[in-house]
Amino acid sequence: MIRPASRALTAWLLLAPAMTFLFVFTHWPALASLMESFMSTARPRRPSRFVGMDNYQQALSDPVFWKSLTNNLWFALGTIPASIALALLMAIWVNDRLPGRTFARMAYFTPTILPMIAVANIWLFFFTPQYGLIEQIASALGLPSHNWLGSGDTALGAVIMVAIWKEAGFFMIFYLAALQAISPVLAEAANLEGASRWTYFRRVQFPLLMPTTLFVLINAVINAFRMVDHIIVMTRGGPDNATALLMFYIYQVGFNFWDTAYAAALTTILIVMLALIALLQYGWLERRVHYQ
Amino acid sequence: MTQGLLIDHVTKLWGQTPAVADACFEVPAGQFVALLGPSGCGKSTTLRLIAGLDTPSSGRILIGGRDVTALAPAQRGISMVFQSYALFPHLNVAENIIFGLKVRKLPRAERDERLARAASLLGLKALLDRKPSQLSGGQQQRVALARAIVAEAAVCLMDEPLSNLDAQLRLEMRREIRALQQRLGMTMVYVTHDQVEAMTMADQIILMNGGHIEQIGTPEELYASPRTPFAAGFIGTPPMNIVHASFLTGAPHLLPVGAAADALIGVRPESVRIGPAGLAAQVVAVEFLGSDTLIETRLGAISFVVRAPGKISVARDETIHLDWRPTDACIFDTKPH
Repeated sequence: MIRPASRALTAWLLLAPAMTFLFVFTHWPALASLMESFMSTARPRRPSRFVGMDNYQQALSDPVFWKSLTNNLWFALGTIPASIALALLMAIWVNDRLPGRTFARMAYFTPTILPMIAVANIWLFFFTPQYGLIEQIASALGLPSHNWLGSGDTALGAVIMVAIWKEAGFFMIFYLAALQAISPVLAEAANLEGASRWTYFRRVQFPLLMPTTLFVLINAVINAFRMVDHIIVMTRGGPDNATALLMFYIYQVGFNFWDTAYAAALTTILIVMLALIALLQYGWLERRVHYQ
Repeated sequence: MTQGLLIDHVTKLWGQTPAVADACFEVPAGQFVALLGPSGCGKSTTLRLIAGLDTPSSGRILIGGRDVTALAPAQRGISMVFQSYALFPHLNVAENIIFGLKVRKLPRAERDERLARAASLLGLKALLDRKPSQLSGGQQQRVALARAIVAEAAVCLMDEPLSNLDAQLRLEMRREIRALQQRLGMTMVYVTHDQVEAMTMADQIILMNGGHIEQIGTPEELYASPRTPFAAGFIGTPPMNIVHASFLTGAPHLLPVGAAADALIGVRPESVRIGPAGLAAQVVAVEFLGSDTLIETRLGAISFVVRAPGKISVARDETIHLDWRPTDACIFDTKPH
């Protein structure tokens, strides 16, 4: 018979390793970043000191910060609706009985499994001027040559394309799982009542998929704001910050310019923004979502 | 609006195996017809063929004299109640009931009027704002019925609608569906594996077995003169006793007139009397049911059940004598026809 006190001790001891790691690598860094955002960056001759809101004020007057924020909003606007719509479309398509649907599902999901660095390099080749895949097709059709990633007008668009291609397959899996949870009898009942495929989608399937849509939407927003890997491989934020996204800019400030305090302040801004968006989404959508 | 239904030599093959083989029957307008049979006998497939959810491999389906074999389900003028009710979980009761009317773009006034009528007919008035998940099984069943009624279709199809309800509720809904059908004069095709449901509700029973129609008749006909040993065994609880004629050589007066030497003889348990003379049988078990007693006996290797009124005191292993009027017995030919 173990005494309650020693039982509690055993429990705490069992939890300790996981809690240590969680604290050291998640909670402490988060807290430290928040604290650091109110300090100045330590230099060899000037140690770090408390500066209050200075770093935040610097952000407000930093044109690159504003540029990357607007870029990020465009990036979110370009990727989120398109990838969700595409995911839904693909899921509905491969949910039907069609020959080779396992193959189609696999093909759609492949971008998600591939390492982002490799994928970005493949797309880099697609977009390469003169001999890239898109250029070759364009020149075969007699279209003028264009440097997709090198021009400020098209670089962000090109990056958005890659993100949609990558995200849609991932979201499709969630939609596919949700679609398979809808009883096929509902389709038969709707069919008997004279509902067309579109009416069935609009009045039955889509409302029943709302919990999934909410989940996917929140994930899509988070993904849009933490996109960094394929920016690093494909454009490094260029040309002229045309593809600098927030996370990439934070990375640059923190690890290229080593202004860690300012990077911490930018990180805090990003997190507060994401939290607000998520709260807004829940508050607004929760009321429209039917949970089984 | 109510119309008759004709199934004309309908066959449905799954690969090479027939799920429904050459089915022919007619449902006159306003009648309640039960498709009865064990699971896998093709009764649900037959219903789905009528609904248009599956297409027959051959044959024709006519509703109100119109060939609907090639038509989409919605164009056939049918409504259907599914075994699982198939209510839309995100819509409330009222929206569920008028779903089809909205799809067909009926004017709002008519929609509301039909909804009000169906809701009061089925006692759903207080539940119209609820979601299906907030309803009991019986209430969900009513909503499914209401949805079938508001369509005012020519034929109403039901696929084992009571199988998800408990015994008490099933009894209640059985009466209610029958009353509703008679009151509205609906043509109804009702699939069930429960012979009691079919016997108590239907004007006509279509008994199916292995994709074939075994027998068509009124409940009385099926009960009194089953045409095959299968029909005899399926209808009635406990089912009809079936013995080979050779068992009765010791008591030839029990043989019905015209029975061949190798025929099968069927006797309902309640037609059997326990008498001083007759067929000797050994008692295996006695079950007292209150109004009557079931006595399971053994005739050589086969079991033979007797239903006697009131309480009968017989002991296990006792030998009793079974007696019945030869006119109460049925003859089944063993020769293939």
